[in-house]
Amino acid sequence: MTTHTRAAGRGALVEYASRHWRDWAVTTAAFVLALVIGAILMIAADPQVSANFAYLFTAPQLALGSAWAKVSGAYGALAVGALGSPQALALTSSKAAPLICAGLGVGLAFRAGLFNIGAQGQAVWGAVTAAWIGFTFELPYGLHLLVAVVGGVAAGAVWGGIVGWLKAKTGAHEVIVTIMMNYIASGMLAFLLTTTAFRRPGREDPISPEVHATAALPSIFGQFHLGFVLAIAAAAAVWWLLERSTTGFSIRAVGANPHAASTAGMSVATTTAITMTLAGALAGLAGIQFALGPSANGAPVPLTLGLVGTVGFDAITVALLGRSRPVGIVFAGLLFGGLDAGGLAMQSVAQTPLTLTMVLQAVVVLFVAAPALVATVLPFLKGRRLKPSATLTGGQA
Amino acid sequence: MSASISAPAEVVTHVHLESPDARRARLSTGWLIVAAGVGLLVASFSAGVTATFTLSDAFDTVQLPSVALPAGPVVLLTALLCLAAGGGLVSGRLSRGWRRAAGVIAGLSVVVGFLSWAASSSTLPFPVSNQLAGTVALATPLMLGSLAGVVGERAGVVNVAIEGQFLNAAFTAAVVGSLTRSIPAALIGAVLAAALTGLLLGLFAIKYLVDQVVLGVVINLLASGLTGFLFDQLVQPNSTALNASPIMTAIPLGPLASIPLVGPILFDQTILVYLAVISVAVVWFLLYKTRWGLRVRAVGEHPRAADTVGISVTAVRWQAVLVGSIFAGLGGAFFTVGSTGTFVKDITVGNGFIALAALIMGRWHPVYAALMGLFFGFVTQMASQLQTLSTPVPSQFLLLLPYVATIIAVAGLIGRTRAPAADGTPYIK
Repeated sequence: MTTHTRAAGRGALVEYASRHWRDWAVTTAAFVLALVIGAILMIAADPQVSANFAYLFTAPQLALGSAWAKVSGAYGALAVGALGSPQALALTSSKAAPLICAGLGVGLAFRAGLFNIGAQGQAVWGAVTAAWIGFTFELPYGLHLLVAVVGGVAAGAVWGGIVGWLKAKTGAHEVIVTIMMNYIASGMLAFLLTTTAFRRPGREDPISPEVHATAALPSIFGQFHLGFVLAIAAAAAVWWLLERSTTGFSIRAVGANPHAASTAGMSVATTTAITMTLAGALAGLAGIQFALGPSANGAPVPLTLGLVGTVGFDAITVALLGRSRPVGIVFAGLLFGGLDAGGLAMQSVAQTPLTLTMVLQAVVVLFVAAPALVATVLPFLKGRRLKPSATLTGGQA
Repeated sequence: MSASISAPAEVVTHVHLESPDARRARLSTGWLIVAAGVGLLVASFSAGVTATFTLSDAFDTVQLPSVALPAGPVVLLTALLCLAAGGGLVSGRLSRGWRRAAGVIAGLSVVVGFLSWAASSSTLPFPVSNQLAGTVALATPLMLGSLAGVVGERAGVVNVAIEGQFLNAAFTAAVVGSLTRSIPAALIGAVLAAALTGLLLGLFAIKYLVDQVVLGVVINLLASGLTGFLFDQLVQPNSTALNASPIMTAIPLGPLASIPLVGPILFDQTILVYLAVISVAVVWFLLYKTRWGLRVRAVGEHPRAADTVGISVTAVRWQAVLVGSIFAGLGGAFFTVGSTGTFVKDITVGNGFIALAALIMGRWHPVYAALMGLFFGFVTQMASQLQTLSTPVPSQFLLLLPYVATIIAVAGLIGRTRAPAADGTPYIK
């Protein structure tokens, strides 16, 4: 019995490692290939460096030397900006937290076979509501933060729930509706910033009053704040939901085969509505990170038109890279958060436009989504036949 | 005996069969129209005295007289028409022909009623000619983009990457146009850039079997990053040489352009507008009147059956994606050589997604998709014009009109659309 148990345990561990090492290897290879492509793009787009390649065969050290200096300078700055100091790590975590939350929202919808392109609008409503609660009310420390967070999450849930309800009730195409809801959310934000409830007294430009300190997410170290802990907690909650709850089982079943799920007695319409509501809540939590999280000067950034940036769209690539699973989404969020943090340093130190990080992100996801292509480029990864990443999305488009 | 035989026959002739989906669509449409009627009824009490519409702009050769309508009675009349149309649909007693008539009447009533109410609140007249001209201009990239999507998706390849194709095409058109000073060269460059993007879409979707919706999103990100990076690195520091493209000029079509009101709108446009209109006909012909089109639709509906009779599914899908890219390239060129001549980062501002919405609302049909593009252009232009008129509605709300209208349309009027059966499904032999 003891021997059998120990052998079984070892077998399970070996099985897990052998099943997942290829995923991790492909992901690592995808990242390396993305860096290579980024380097090529960097070299080709720099007139001074590319001019040296005219002398590649007469003075190769000139071309290769300048290329290496260019690439190593940019990527060095990128790495230092993301990981090179405690302050850099803190910045990476603050960049990663909203990506993780919104990525969970997109990934959860994917598992149900839904495409939540609307995380952007949901995040906007989360930020608007949390900020409004933050600067309008005077509540005791702790309670104020709790009310603001709950309010923001609820707002995101409502905005996501509308999409789910329309899908369930009328069959409205969720891709179209979520795209429209993004624009409506941005437009509503523009309007709200013109109202007395949201406009900062004494100013005409669209900026809100500052959030009270009692509602701000407390800083643990620099820009490493409680919001990151909330993001990790959200990831754990989503994992539990999907893996250990009947609701999660319904979500995965509907995503895998809606007809079979319906035959088995699960309500596809109800599951759709619940999933989009939860996805909206998670994206709302991402918006809260922007509205209540500390900035470089320690206080939250006031509500403005561009406060949440493009988190809803970036979250789609985070969910893809993370294969729509909570653990994967956390690591993908950290990677992209690092690229965001490092991109700023790369631009200021090495004068390489930070838009390069967008190319890197896109290329990483493309390679991860096409493991057969990675195996073609790097043959040693070819083992068993690599199938398309079915786990990227649970169901059909 | 004979009496009992004839009675069932008479009963059968009155039976009206309606599927649950059709009934749901009819009821939701009917109630929506009733709601619009109620809204107009309320608006009729707050309407101003007169709504003035101008039919000519300052540059027209023939100056048509303005039309002044009594706002209150007009809004009230349109409200009653909406209520009648909506009530008829809800009752279910209208025949098919009358249902369509009810839909058209309701649509026209909503537009006329709303515009009359809005215009009566302003001292400025509502410029109908500007409304129609702007509609055509705004609809051009949406029509071309939706055609790109229609061709690809009919073959089974979802194209969420229209936005990325637009962006790459716009960037390339600006740079090529600046270097060559030639509009045709800029258009060719735009088409090639969109085709390269389509090549990427096809490679990953058809060969490497990547999920096609997520692939489109990633390609959009790649296009945004790539054009942004190249813009920052090369174009912006050298903008006089690389970012100052010539702009398309209007080409009047002889005496047709002189027809009052309609002439300038339809027959005094840029080549891109004419290409968009021609493209609708071309795509319709290709898809429904050629052998190739039959194959495209076959591989989109049932690829295995098509494969069985000897059609190469992957080859047809590749062809469809690349043919569609031509239209995406032309649509993308609109944003640079078709309007300002200069590229700024993310200049397409999501129009690729709107084109995607138009194609889905248009039921993957080239003519309907183009009409949906026009619908969106119309509402967008209307919002812009009303903003200028300073109506009681906040300007930010007016800018939401096209998106709210689209959600109402897709949720209430279009309902459940049916994509090609194998849309988005990779084919593995």
